[in-house]
Order: sequence, then C-alpha cells, then structure tokens
Amino acid sequence: MIASILTPLIGGMLIGVAATLLLLFYGKVFGVSGVIGGLFGTPEKDYDWRIAVVIGFFVGGLLLSIFLPASLNNTVTRSPMAMIVAGLFVGYGTRLGGGCTSGHGICGISRFSKRSMTAVVTFMLSGAATVAIVNLVFGGSI
Amino acid sequence: MKKNLPAFLFGVIFALGLGIAGMTQPQKIIGFLDVFGKWDPSLLWVMVGAIAVHSVTYRLVMRRSTPIIGEVFSLPKKKDLDAKLICGSVLFGLGWGLAGFCPAPAIVSLITLNTPTVLFTGAMLTGMLIFKLTDRKTGIRH
Repeated sequence: MIASILTPLIGGMLIGVAATLLLLFYGKVFGVSGVIGGLFGTPEKDYDWRIAVVIGFFVGGLLLSIFLPASLNNTVTRSPMAMIVAGLFVGYGTRLGGGCTSGHGICGISRFSKRSMTAVVTFMLSGAATVAIVNLVFGGSI
Repeated sequence: MKKNLPAFLFGVIFALGLGIAGMTQPQKIIGFLDVFGKWDPSLLWVMVGAIAVHSVTYRLVMRRSTPIIGEVFSLPKKKDLDAKLICGSVLFGLGWGLAGFCPAPAIVSLITLNTPTVLFTGAMLTGMLIFKLTDRKTGIRH
C-alpha cells in the first residue's frame, strides 16, 4: 500500500522538478500542450528548445522501455476511431483551453491561478463523465 | 545548439517522472476518472508530489529577474475565465477520459509503436493544427 502511494508521489515530484528547471533555465511553463502547440508557430519562433524537450520525451520513453517496461503497458482497449476522436479532442481542446494536466494542473495550480484551477475542475469533471458514459452506456467498449 | 541541452534533459526527467508515476498507463488515468467504479488514486498522488515541489520552488525561481538561458519569464497573462477556457477544458477532458492519454504520456509512449498510441498522437497533432488554422487570434493571417 505504501508503494502504491510512493511511486506516484515520487514520479510526481520528478515532474515538479522538471517543471521548475524549465522555468529556471528558459523561463517557460512546462505545459506540454503549449510546448508542442508552439511548434505550430509562435511570434518568437522559439522552436529549438521545444524540439529538445520532445526529443527528451522520446529518449525518456526509450529508457522506460528498457528499464521499466511495465510503465508503458496499455491495457485499455479502444477502437481506432475512438483513439482518433480522443486525440482530436485532446489536441484541439488543450489549445483552446490554454493548457492540460501539466500546464494547468501542475504549473497553474502551483501559481494559485484561478484560470488553471477552473480548467482542472472542468476537465476532471468532463473526464469523469466520459468514463462513466463509456462504462454505463457502452459497457466499457467503444 | 548547446543551449538546448538542458531542455532535452528536462524532457527526459519529465518523461521518467511520468513513467515512474504510472501516468504512461492509460488504465491508471481512466481508473482515476472512474469515480463510480474501482477508483485508482494514483493521479492524485502524482499531482500532490508535483505541486508540493513546484509550488515552493517556483516561487524561489521567480525571485530572479531573468531565467538562466532564456531572456524573460513567459508566464501566462490571461486572468479571466472565458468560454474558450471552459469549452477547451470540456473537450480535453472528453478526449482524456476516452483514451486515458494526455499530450506528454502520448509522446513518451510512442516508443512502443502501439497502434492506438500512434493514432492518438497523430490525431492530437492534427487537432492542434486545426486550432492553429481556425483560431481567430492566433490563426494564420498575413
């Protein structure tokens, strides 16, 4: 039981450290939807640090696949159409809403931002409702 | 080129944090959002760990006048709670609850080359592009 609290806690702390470091070195919020979204064009044309972060994600994923392969297990079964629709909603929604779990959830809440707290409550409720509907209406199969 | 090496490292740390925290396993996200079923509290501990660290260290960083490499601190300036925030968050939550993926874990998980992950990520990037092209404020215009 301790382990089931400790690993997410420590993983979360690592994420918090990464967010602080990105702010300290680059002055940027580690909101991943914004980091990636900015690759589609920013006035500053600051693409190089963003690409570096994404390559870091790839290398991190590679390390996980070697040293912690169970961490990449996905036991959720969804149809290809569901994954495409989900991706479209996440891509468009995070840009429209100005953030995601890292941007609003971690960085925004840490700043006591009312916008971020509102966003987090909203996407959590939306997510919970979606899971409930998928389970109750579609029997968990969509 | 060297000035982007820290960003790459921070991406690796973020990715490792996600993996250790279990956030690259969509079943844990959906389990967290499954409030009416068997609840998985992991994401809660991830947020606690991340926010506990970042809310304190963020303030220390902001005592500086500038970042170490970047020229200015780029924190979000919007303060109002507008329709875009709400609608975007609802949409994001829908996709997140459907797939159990948000932007960062999707990129980190691409190493697996699992079809659902690849479909989701491609669709997510498409959704971001659609936003870029259609948003009146930041959309393509000359």
